[in-house]
Amino acid sequence: MSHDEYQTYRAKILTPSFVVLLVLTLIGFALIAVRFIKGIGAVSNMNDGYPWGIWITYDVATGTAIACGGYAMAILIYIRNRMHYHPMIRSAILTSMFGYGLAGFSVMVDVGRPWNAYNFFIPSKWQANSAMFEVAVCVMAYTTVLLLEFLPTVLTALEKTQWKTLQLLLDMVYSRMGMERPERIGDRLDKVKDLAAWLKPRLDKVLIFIIVLGITLPTMHQSSLGSLLLIASTKLHPLWYTGFLPLLFLINCMFIGYSIAILESVISCYAFKRPFETRELSGIARIIPWLTIIWLSVVIGDLAWRGQLAAAVSFDFYSRFFLLEFCLVAGGSLLMFSGKKRESIRWLFVSAALIVLGGALYRFNVYLIGFNPGKGWHYFPALAELLITVGIVAFEILGYQVIVKILPVLPKLHTRQQLDAEKA
Amino acid sequence: MGKPSRRQFLKLIGATGAALMVGRGGASASEEHQVNNDTLGMLYDATKCVGCKACMSACKRVNSDYGSLSYEKATFDSDGLWDAPEDLSGSTRTLIKLFKESDKEWSYVKYSCMHCQKPSCVSVCPVSAMTRDKITGIVDYNKNTCIGCRYCQVACAFNIPKFQWEKAIPQIVKCDLCKNTNMVRKGITACAETCPVGAIMFGKRKDLLDEAKKRLAENPGRYVNHIYGEKELGGTNHLYLSAMPFKKLGLPVLKHEAPAEFSEKIQHTIYKGFIAPVALYSTLCFIAVKNMKKGRASEDEEQALKNSEQKKTETEHGEDVE
Repeated sequence: MSHDEYQTYRAKILTPSFVVLLVLTLIGFALIAVRFIKGIGAVSNMNDGYPWGIWITYDVATGTAIACGGYAMAILIYIRNRMHYHPMIRSAILTSMFGYGLAGFSVMVDVGRPWNAYNFFIPSKWQANSAMFEVAVCVMAYTTVLLLEFLPTVLTALEKTQWKTLQLLLDMVYSRMGMERPERIGDRLDKVKDLAAWLKPRLDKVLIFIIVLGITLPTMHQSSLGSLLLIASTKLHPLWYTGFLPLLFLINCMFIGYSIAILESVISCYAFKRPFETRELSGIARIIPWLTIIWLSVVIGDLAWRGQLAAAVSFDFYSRFFLLEFCLVAGGSLLMFSGKKRESIRWLFVSAALIVLGGALYRFNVYLIGFNPGKGWHYFPALAELLITVGIVAFEILGYQVIVKILPVLPKLHTRQQLDAEKA
Repeated sequence: MGKPSRRQFLKLIGATGAALMVGRGGASASEEHQVNNDTLGMLYDATKCVGCKACMSACKRVNSDYGSLSYEKATFDSDGLWDAPEDLSGSTRTLIKLFKESDKEWSYVKYSCMHCQKPSCVSVCPVSAMTRDKITGIVDYNKNTCIGCRYCQVACAFNIPKFQWEKAIPQIVKCDLCKNTNMVRKGITACAETCPVGAIMFGKRKDLLDEAKKRLAENPGRYVNHIYGEKELGGTNHLYLSAMPFKKLGLPVLKHEAPAEFSEKIQHTIYKGFIAPVALYSTLCFIAVKNMKKGRASEDEEQALKNSEQKKTETEHGEDVE
């Protein structure tokens, strides 16, 4: 597990996409300010019948599944011992870190009394019966773990930095002020470098235990995201309400995780004009259909057991959404079964996209579409509500774009070509 | 794909599935939760209610400061003299509605918290802001702990807890049997105290049940032969008698099992004694450390071979990092 499998992607940070994403982010954050000043009702269509809207459904329930790339890749690399995927882990962890961090942030926007959140740290307030308690604690812990997992990247960069940008900036500031730059600043910068160098080998030694924690925690809270709806036996449509919700959510996040790792790699290689990682991706794509087959069989078996198969094909409102979700996942998996299609970047992209869409739709079905609190209640997200979600997603992409350009995150090109050559 | 590791991987999934299956089996076999009939509640008799809404105004008058309730203006009332809530809301804990089937068949109905024996809202609250008092049976809400996640609203089958959507500092609003207001001063809820026709009876659950059964026996044909809340969702402390089918009055037909029994059973089976997560973590650690050692061993061999070669390349490549 050497740290020199990675490289910083050297390119301009101020690109047109940067500006677009920045604008979207700013709009989103301005609306968040409105939410805190005027209340949730001012920006959202949520109501007492639909107390959870797009923020919980997308940002938290679906966003964390999409952020499971790091989780899925960690299982593949460290548990199933596929070390040749190791060069892909940093970008997976980076996206997971943003996904989870911002899911936590969305929750703070969504909850009505965020200043009381400290109660999660007071044992007398703990409520072990609540799936929400488990999700909250696990997500906080996992976000911390992701930060620790990403720390080596920062430390490597710090250790080797010459502080070029900072030196330039300091020189500029001091020359403007017409002063000499004091010596002690340089000393302090050196101390930071020394500290990074001291910390890195020590962190490396315990890192594997942190990584495994990073596998355990998502296993716990991704299943609990399913458990959250177990209480709503009278509100969630029988097509989705089942005691298997936790298991279905767990497998769902795994296949979404692998598929998103494929999408991420294809998109970033395309955007950053790097050669596609076809060999690694087709390897990952081989695992996905097995997971989806297990998932689809549990879904079908459970429906049959509960006598809901007829409802599933009745083509009413709920049945259509169920079939759409089912066909997206099944269709994507069928494509991935073909060895030839797995060798083509285009087909890999299409099939992974279908599976992510289907898997995400499943979560939407459980949290929103299949949720019916009774007569007279309606919900469709308000524009401001959607723009807040868009702003948060834009910030996520923006952060990824910037960080891969200042830290060694992406796989080093020559090591990968070497690897290909060795295998060939 | 190596066979042993795939097997381990599938085992992992299988173990979770097995835990869930046990949870399902355990749910039916477990002991029934105990109904405590010495707890406090109310019996609402829809056949007695005249729809004067005195209970609504008493509730708001008594609880407006403690419960942060405000008067709700109606669009037809430009002077704002009228408190006209459309439904239970962030400002209204109890509400009278009229259900009219025909000119001869109609009924009033009163909505407020059902004070369940096994409340879903208490079961799901992550920070214990919703509590059920063991002695009084009152399901109470503490805004000083509440984080405003609204899981109680998702959980409640009666859609009782309401949220103050329009406020920057919002809270959940629901009936607490005047626990901190009228109950302290007068030992009775404001609505039951005010009702001019005795449609709301306040007391211990067992007395309320006896009274309801007595009314059913003494007035054959007057009521639907059912005490709503006696068995629904494991029993509620707010009970109903009515001449109309309860479903028409907006009281849903519900199972006798409390939803919280089932969800807690699954959650407890997975997390019993925290054994499963710890076992998962240690197993994964074992595998990961073994893999790492294996990887190191093979790496060392390669390293020895490549050592001389690398020394040359190192000087050429330098580092990409700033």
